[in-house]
Amino acid sequence: MLPPRRVVITGIGVVAPRGIGVKNFWETLTSGRSATRNITAFDATGFRSRIAAECDFLPTEHGLTQEQAARMSRSSQFAHVAAREALAQSGLEVTERVAARTGVALGSAVGSVRELDRLYREISGDGASWELAPEKAGPYLADYNTPSSLVREIAWLTGAQGPAAMISAGCTSGLDAVGYACEILREGSADVMITGATDAPITPITVACFDAIKATSPHNDDPEHASRPFDRDRDGFVLGEGGAVFVLETAEHAHARGAHVIAEVAAFAARCNAHHMTALRPDGREMAAAIDSALTTARIAPEAIDYINAHGSGTKQNDRHETAAYKRSLGDAARRTPVSSIKSVIGHSLGAIGSIELAACALAIEHGVIPPTANLHTPDPDCDLDYVPLVAREQRVDVALSVGSGFGGFQSAAVLVKEGAHR
Amino acid sequence: MNFSLDGLRTILRACAGEPENGDLDGEVAAITFEDLGYDSIALLETLSRIEQEYGVAVDEAPMDELTTPQALVDYVNSRLARETAHV
Amino acid sequence: MNTGHTAAQEPTAAGRAATHRDALPVFTGLAVAAPNGLGTDAFWSATRKGVGGIGPITHFDAGAYPVRVAGEIHGFDAREHIPSRLVPATDRATQLSLVTTAWALGDAELDPADFGEFDGSVVTANAVGGVEFIQRELQSLWSKGPRYVTAYMSYAWFYGVNTGQISIRHQLKGPSGVVVTGQVGGIDALAQARRRLRDGQRFVVAGGADAPVCPYGLTAGMTAGNLSTGEDPDTAYAPFDRSARGHVPGEGSAMMILEPLGAARERGARHIYGALTGYGATFDPHPATGQPPTLARAARIALDDAGLTPDDIDVVFADGAAEAAADRAEATALVELFGPRRVPVTLPKTMTGRMYGAGAATDVVSALLAIRDGEIPPTIGGGDLAGELGLDLVTGGPRPARLDHALVLARGDGGFNSAAVVSRVP
Repeated sequence: MLPPRRVVITGIGVVAPRGIGVKNFWETLTSGRSATRNITAFDATGFRSRIAAECDFLPTEHGLTQEQAARMSRSSQFAHVAAREALAQSGLEVTERVAARTGVALGSAVGSVRELDRLYREISGDGASWELAPEKAGPYLADYNTPSSLVREIAWLTGAQGPAAMISAGCTSGLDAVGYACEILREGSADVMITGATDAPITPITVACFDAIKATSPHNDDPEHASRPFDRDRDGFVLGEGGAVFVLETAEHAHARGAHVIAEVAAFAARCNAHHMTALRPDGREMAAAIDSALTTARIAPEAIDYINAHGSGTKQNDRHETAAYKRSLGDAARRTPVSSIKSVIGHSLGAIGSIELAACALAIEHGVIPPTANLHTPDPDCDLDYVPLVAREQRVDVALSVGSGFGGFQSAAVLVKEGAHR
Repeated sequence: MNFSLDGLRTILRACAGEPENGDLDGEVAAITFEDLGYDSIALLETLSRIEQEYGVAVDEAPMDELTTPQALVDYVNSRLARETAHV
Repeated sequence: MNTGHTAAQEPTAAGRAATHRDALPVFTGLAVAAPNGLGTDAFWSATRKGVGGIGPITHFDAGAYPVRVAGEIHGFDAREHIPSRLVPATDRATQLSLVTTAWALGDAELDPADFGEFDGSVVTANAVGGVEFIQRELQSLWSKGPRYVTAYMSYAWFYGVNTGQISIRHQLKGPSGVVVTGQVGGIDALAQARRRLRDGQRFVVAGGADAPVCPYGLTAGMTAGNLSTGEDPDTAYAPFDRSARGHVPGEGSAMMILEPLGAARERGARHIYGALTGYGATFDPHPATGQPPTLARAARIALDDAGLTPDDIDVVFADGAAEAAADRAEATALVELFGPRRVPVTLPKTMTGRMYGAGAATDVVSALLAIRDGEIPPTIGGGDLAGELGLDLVTGGPRPARLDHALVLARGDGGFNSAAVVSRVP
């Protein structure tokens, strides 16, 4: 049997709060200054959590036509802009032959919920009746209600005509989509995958539903310090928005065209906790199993991990669960491995964040810098690892582990490595 | 106004159905919600419904302490008494 | 240049190369909840007789909408099937997926508790999420205020929910997932299930569910311009027909249990309905490029993956968009693959409406039961152009036939194409 095909990243694009474009994104992450603020997307009076990490994003300033800006949902626009940046960086030319061997795998937890929320008001008269007025729906509601339209937009943008899918597993969607893309490449169903994730959840219905379960931070008076993963005083996550897209190729394909390889995706693994749609068991058992599986696939010992990009959402439950999972999976190495949560800086963009965090891992490998956990002043005694508090750390990163945890019980892990690094 | 165990039963049923174990109409006052099979989300939903129907602010209730129907009923009644006192 | 042919020569989904006989992914349990039958037996006995389940919309007052008919499941009370605790926390699509999963596991006589902690996986397809659930909560939000939004909204409507709930209910902790690819999702979920088995998972629950028949689902669907406004349930959804004017939406769920053949036989599995032998997926180019659609290429990839040629295929379960141009494109693809009228083609979805995430999954179930019973279920309500388009469409009643290999095709809004080959296991 042939050895499995290796998969590499040759292009990255990011749209994140105070981080549109890879360069801005990396500057923001390494600054350790949180981009969270009072919500401006709508009047949040009356909501429990009134803060978020928003993107100052005007689609027409980022290359979208008026028609595209009107048609595409905000999450679709994020993906579009990120995909264009990734494709440009990769230098890939999607010729007719390449098109048939290029696919799309895009993650999203809540698709075009912002537009579903906005248009609902129009067609219902602010909820006046159960029956709706189709004549007020405008031309694009079907797209918003069918989130696979996000994939269509990326396929049209890039010319991809291979296998295409949206992958949705709550807050692990962004890791799972890249995992899916890797599988498509390894099995030989495509040579190139445009993959990543996007979400634009800062809209009343999403803010209200997280209010209802008290998952988001009510730290409204001091938004910049609201997202504080692993800190004793954390009180929930802060919603974010954005997208990240990668050009992923088989190593063979990338090398044949002389592409610059940013990092190799050495492994992806997932498990479910089968416990609860939102709650986590404190022992971290299933997350640890996902990490174990990913490390086994990548043939990497726990000691060889240079950096862990944590899920680190900043809820009481998550940060303990996750810390327990690292100890369970990595043993003593857990205490010696730097772990950080970039959600402290850019918030939690649900399905998008897994891909944005993978982008951070790739950039950590490329630049030899570990982005810090902002706002971590007083660690929770139950969270006793090296969380790289406050300040970025210069350190060679050959192996990075990225971990995600999502509603539904989804636990995912991916391993990125510097191509050719001895390990 | 007083919040009774029966009032809680009605709201629990509407918000979270029948318990996984046992009979909600039986002696449940001291059985933990966990043992009955009601999870944290079901309880948040129940509190929210109590708030709407009884007009009492319970949204920042100490969930970790309200582990049984009786504890929840007592807590709601203490809040109701406080609100009445304010008026 | 013929990109399809080029693609078929490339290494493909590797089902053939990587699969020795014991590893063949086989279907050991099936379940369907569809408008023309709640439960596999009811569904199949209606389907083989050509008894449709499309009717006037009753879930809500559709009098003011231009779309008046849909495929609704009648007589489904979630409380009869799932714990009452779950009812307020779930959309109808989730309820249907939970019910069909339990039935499929029962059909397979497979109890997850008999296996290792991480041995079982779940992959579901879904196209529109819990659209009725979100509509209800949007109404609470905008008519009453944010505090009236239910706590269950934090997960009950999103696209990943069915896999999560199934995982919890049946204690399935293996790698799991959700594909959102419109009407083709059911096939993509099965392909993902096959990947899980290839990685060593012992069994996978896979299929799809959708419940779009509510005001928001219908209102959104109508803006795509491809829902039928026909008022006669018997003719509103008429693929390959002069009167074709779009599709009728339907609600439902189909779930299947997949296992490796060797392990299934070893445990004495009661049914081995067939094997998933081929899979292919493509995406159509933007219409403005002038390049052709890629359904035929997806089918070729699936055939090549199965190690088969078009001559080996005994029946095609087609997509049947019921739009003139799309029907013509599908017929062209079929004629290009098989030659004119060389293979029987059928569309049992004319009895249910298009069920989106559940649609292609249900077609796979129909294909497996057709193989078992040696009988192709008919197409109802349309087809008068089929002959002219070069198709041998099965109409007017079931057609007996020895079936070894069936090709199932699906297309999803925007340009998704997926193809599956399911085969008899001797």
